[in-house]
Amino acid sequence: MTKETQWPLWEVFLQKKFGVPFEHAGNVHAPDKEMALQNARDVYSRRNEATCIWVVPSEAIASSSPEDAGSFFDPANDKIYRHPNFYKTPGASFE
Amino acid sequence: MNQQELEKKFQDRIDKGEIIEPKDWMPEQYRKQLIRMMSQHAHSEVVGMLPEGNWITRAPSLRRKAVLLAKVQDEGGHGLYIYSGAETLDISREEMVGEFLSGKAKYSSIFNYPTLSWADMGAIGWLVDGAAIVNQTALAKCSYGPYARAMVRICKEENFHHKQGYEILATLMKGTKEQREMAQDSVSRFWWPSLMMFGPHDKDSPHSSDLLRWKVKLFSNDTLRQRFIDRTIPQAENIGIEIPDPALKWNEETRHYEHGEIDWNEFKNVISGRGICNKERMKARRKAHEDGAWVREAAEAYAQKKVSKAVAV
Ligand SMILES: [Fe+2]
Ligand SMILES: [Fe+2]
Repeated sequence: MTKETQWPLWEVFLQKKFGVPFEHAGNVHAPDKEMALQNARDVYSRRNEATCIWVVPSEAIASSSPEDAGSFFDPANDKIYRHPNFYKTPGASFE
Repeated sequence: MNQQELEKKFQDRIDKGEIIEPKDWMPEQYRKQLIRMMSQHAHSEVVGMLPEGNWITRAPSLRRKAVLLAKVQDEGGHGLYIYSGAETLDISREEMVGEFLSGKAKYSSIFNYPTLSWADMGAIGWLVDGAAIVNQTALAKCSYGPYARAMVRICKEENFHHKQGYEILATLMKGTKEQREMAQDSVSRFWWPSLMMFGPHDKDSPHSSDLLRWKVKLFSNDTLRQRFIDRTIPQAENIGIEIPDPALKWNEETRHYEHGEIDWNEFKNVISGRGICNKERMKARRKAHEDGAWVREAAEAYAQKKVSKAVAV
């Protein structure tokens, strides 16, 4: 039997066209970043789905936890004055 | 929260149509069933490359060859999307591939049928990918986010697979008598196995009720099979292909086609390893994995060499 290797995991982000934000597409296994980019291209952009690809080591990503979403995002909850429709501007047009 | 409360909260989320993400709490059985389904699905995509790969070098024109090559490559990609999704459930790619190569994991029985003629590339695209589209379109709305998203991506690509297959058959049906016979023979062989792709009848489907309750499945096996039949028959009539089922008839009242009984013995035989190509497929997969070992080793050695160089500088 040959030695098995579980290469590091890379998260793949695609930019669909120039100027728009990168969006998460999935992940690939690869031994290094060059191969991660090539694998990401072959797996996630066989039909010109991307103009640019980022690969990021999965272990480098920190995530907030969905279970604590309530308390984590709580600071924004009571600040409706951060939205323009909070303000009364009778008669005036802001279009 | 105790187990019962957690499960209740989970079911409430499902009932509200919320999507479950990898880090959310989920019942152990939900996770296990998804791993089983997703890994089987991924293995099927990978094995699915073999019956068609068989005809790449013998495609009748450069156009057909390029198309078939692209389709087979897509199927490999589908396997990778789904493996990638399944890994979010705390199972490694290595473990899944290991279970596949050891023969412990199953894959779709359809790929254990041989591809005997060029027309089979048509029948597979039209019927097998056609059935896969019906299944996968439903799965694209399933409750597990990574699986659903993989399905959305896959469905976009399947439409090309479906149409190129139909085009092959349509072309053959306009050809010589031999070509028409070849197309008909192929559809006659692939029709029933395609219907089996949807799995046993609802009353005999062991995992169905949990999967439906958790919205991993949104429709039962029989519902999806019916959907496939209803949309496929008019396409067959359109090119003059006959469906090998004497009991097939349109029911004006239900607005559905009725079909004859499926040979479930054949299905059981193929699933439990006694299909025509089971051994050959597994042998080919193991050989491909072993033949690729040097590539994996070389890529890793190269990556390590670069790391040690960077350290030395
Ligand atoms: Fe596929
Ligand atoms: Fe396909």
